[in-house]
Amino acid sequence: MSKIPATLFDKVWDSHAVRKIEDGPDVLFIDRHFIHEVTSPVAFLGLENRGLSVMFPEKTFATADHNTPTINQHLPVQDPLSANQLKALESNTAKYGISHWGLGNPRNGIVHVVGPENGITLPGMTIVCGDSHTSTHGAFGAIAFGIGTSEVEMVLSSQCIMQQKPKKMRITVTGTTGKGITPKDVTLYIISQLTAAGATGYFVEYAGEVFEQMSMEGRMTVCNMSIEMGARGGIIAPDETTFAYIKGREKAPQGAAWDNALAYWKTLKTEEGATFDKEYTFNAADIEPMITYGTNPGMGMGITQRIPVAQEAGGSAASYEKSLQYMGFQEEEPMLGKKVDYVFIGSCTNGRIEDFRAFASVVKGRKKAEGVTAWIVPGSHIVEQQIREEGILDILTAAGFELRQPGCSACLAMNDDKVPAGKYAVSTSNRNFEGRQGPGSRTMLASPLVAAAAAVTGVVTDPRELI
Amino acid sequence: MAYDKFTVLKSTAVPMPIENVDTDQIIPARFLKATERKGFGDNLFRDWRYNADGSPKNDFVLNNPIYSGKILVGGKNFGSGSSREHAAWAIYDYGFRCVVSSFFADIFKNNALNIGILPVQVSPEFLHKIFTAIEADPKAELVVDLPAQTITISATGESESFDINSYKKHNMTNGYDDIDYLQAMKEDIKTFAAKSMY
Repeated sequence: MSKIPATLFDKVWDSHAVRKIEDGPDVLFIDRHFIHEVTSPVAFLGLENRGLSVMFPEKTFATADHNTPTINQHLPVQDPLSANQLKALESNTAKYGISHWGLGNPRNGIVHVVGPENGITLPGMTIVCGDSHTSTHGAFGAIAFGIGTSEVEMVLSSQCIMQQKPKKMRITVTGTTGKGITPKDVTLYIISQLTAAGATGYFVEYAGEVFEQMSMEGRMTVCNMSIEMGARGGIIAPDETTFAYIKGREKAPQGAAWDNALAYWKTLKTEEGATFDKEYTFNAADIEPMITYGTNPGMGMGITQRIPVAQEAGGSAASYEKSLQYMGFQEEEPMLGKKVDYVFIGSCTNGRIEDFRAFASVVKGRKKAEGVTAWIVPGSHIVEQQIREEGILDILTAAGFELRQPGCSACLAMNDDKVPAGKYAVSTSNRNFEGRQGPGSRTMLASPLVAAAAAVTGVVTDPRELI
Repeated sequence: MAYDKFTVLKSTAVPMPIENVDTDQIIPARFLKATERKGFGDNLFRDWRYNADGSPKNDFVLNNPIYSGKILVGGKNFGSGSSREHAAWAIYDYGFRCVVSSFFADIFKNNALNIGILPVQVSPEFLHKIFTAIEADPKAELVVDLPAQTITISATGESESFDINSYKKHNMTNGYDDIDYLQAMKEDIKTFAAKSMY
């Protein structure tokens, strides 16, 4: 009997559909729910207003990250509104018996860093969080995506959400990346090719040698950025790299449970002959270190190139001009040599140990450039600990950098880490939207290597010249 | 939170012919610090609407008194970026009940539907016609008919149909939401959960 070959995405999605409504969404069961202080309080309020409770508190995990200061975390939070949200998370989680890693907890950090590093994120799961970068967890072969606060309330009250099944896209990158090319460059390259809306309506599976050879940290960076081309999420088939990463982590299965899980996880791959609604193939050899020049993540280019003219860039010329005007850039200018005022390394995109290793590899033996303010923000306390243990902190200190405490920080500038109006930041985060890093701030997205090169030279620099 | 029923909306519209309007523009992150769903409309499009000193930017459409109405018409890829439902809350709180665009980001679209804002996706050509009609007459009315799934430019009678699945349509026309539905199927969910390996 012949069976239609299934994609990895179909296998995980279909095994979680509690009900499929005709001409409507699927009711999708959620294995793991992450919450943080910003998008959860109104959901808890909604529960109270309706007299509902949390159905499976053990499936939800809370951490404080969006609002938290990255210095003096031992002191009371100064901003009363931020303090109030942190307090609300603490009391809401206590009330319903939800695990909470608040400020000062040794497991605290950015939700998409702490989930995987503590073994909460596992292959084959459905994972949601009121944060669009939940797509990060797809690196483990999970279906993971961001949701709104109404949906947070749905998951709390019923462990399900109602979702239209997205279409399927596969992006294959063949070959091997060159020197100085990081996973961030791979993803910025893909987004520049597809545009910021090119994958809207789709769930993306990443395939090919480049992803097979990538570390889990790198895969997380790639899946994290999936939302920046509009995709609901990204997913990569779990393999030996995945299993080795998970094994022994605090909340990962142990003993016989591990063996059972492993046997299942090994079935989680797209079968030969399975079809996708859309497929793209790229060659790794075409990828340079990338940098963005505009105000959406699709406006990226190879660092040695010139800013495209409006017609080449596609889309409306007026929107393109508005974007360049905001950045203070002109068509056909080179990006190399542009002045940099701020450098930010961190976030759920590039706040993991491998990112700080890369950053340190460039700054080692060099000095921070005069006039550059650098924010070096680990994704979690566990990452911070690794930075110390591996001697990276010594390298950073010798080069004139300071390490801050974990949190989302300047990625969205909800705390005090704000880039002032008109200033330029090279940032390893995920969004270069107008004002994202502070009102009037101008963001250039790039890899940790490009960020490091900017930090020691004070201008946009090709990191390949420094490594 | 259940919301008002949506059936037929006849209103003037506010034109915003900008592509890739992301949710950071709709409501910047620094205004997400509330623990209640209140007052977000004041900060809708904050940094496009106001100068740093709080004075209004006169060239921004929401500060132009000739444009008003319950319908916001945006460029392609409206609502991209962050999943913050606060963006939809801000649009609702300001007084909009419908957003029209040729293309919506997925999460924004879900968030809008979940709080009772109707996202109406039209063809790029029809979007252009709407912008042209409003340019010709800022008081041009649009009729959004959810039961019939049509949007019409009153002045010209030009009309286009739009998609919405019948489940969501039923919810919106009756003012129900997904939580009501999920609460009604809790036994099925319990049975399903008992078999889950996680």
